[in-house]
Amino acid sequence: MKTAVIVFPGSNCDRDLAVAFEQATGHKPHMVWHRETQLPDGIDLIGVPGGFSYGDYLRSGAMAAQSPVMRAVSEAAAKGTYVLGICNGFQVLTETGLLPGALMRNAGISFVCRDVKLTVANSQSAFTSRYAADEEITIPVAHHDGNYFADAATLDRLEGEGRVAFRYAEEVNGSARNIAGVLNEAGNVLGMMPHPERMSEAAHGGLDGKRLFDALASN
Amino acid sequence: MKARVTITLKNGVLDPQGKAIHHALEGLGFNGVNDVRAGKMIELDLADGTTDAEIEEMCKKLLANTVMENFRIERA
Repeated sequence: MKTAVIVFPGSNCDRDLAVAFEQATGHKPHMVWHRETQLPDGIDLIGVPGGFSYGDYLRSGAMAAQSPVMRAVSEAAAKGTYVLGICNGFQVLTETGLLPGALMRNAGISFVCRDVKLTVANSQSAFTSRYAADEEITIPVAHHDGNYFADAATLDRLEGEGRVAFRYAEEVNGSARNIAGVLNEAGNVLGMMPHPERMSEAAHGGLDGKRLFDALASN
Repeated sequence: MKARVTITLKNGVLDPQGKAIHHALEGLGFNGVNDVRAGKMIELDLADGTTDAEIEEMCKKLLANTVMENFRIERA
């Protein structure tokens, strides 16, 4: 499996994500700068990493969504390439329209940085097939704008179509219906606020994040 | 030619920054404040002849996220 990690000015989880991709696939990912207009040939999985792209100017993810490379990412996603957006990457994917909804300021105002319990709401997707249905897992979050928002009709549709991948099993940021991660309609794009790449080695304190990368690598 | 775009959270959308400002005002002894909503203002210096439709397009494509925000355009 060939992978790529997008790098924006202000990304700070790109190298962690690259390590997780390499451990799962056995190959180093291509690091793709945001000014690129094309992705390398034959990429199967694109990571949009966490961080503070463009200093969160205007809105988190808003400027990065206009980067030249995001057009190439959108085209690849439309052809079925897997796209994983984590934290700021999730914000970028909602701002580009690859995923519905928006990530607003945390309801409690504070930046939240700690391990949180999640429930696997869909264990059938390409990203979550190594988890059991309704399994409780632990993965850290680190964000200021993680409060997932969408109108009631959109939330109903996401739930009805099994597109909620993860829910918070505890109060974290005020997200609508405790949504922590959502899939696109085709199931090849996942955005999530928690950081699986920070729970992928024994030294991280757990391996619950590693199973997401292992699931992707086995597709 | 200048235009001013005011961006606010939609009604009913929780505004934690507004709430924090409200609490801070109360802490200063201003007890007559019923509610606070925070937003942002963007001033555009535009080429003459820029149409309302073009400014609206700027708002929809970048300046506001219409999932959660409203925008209002005023020409100066």
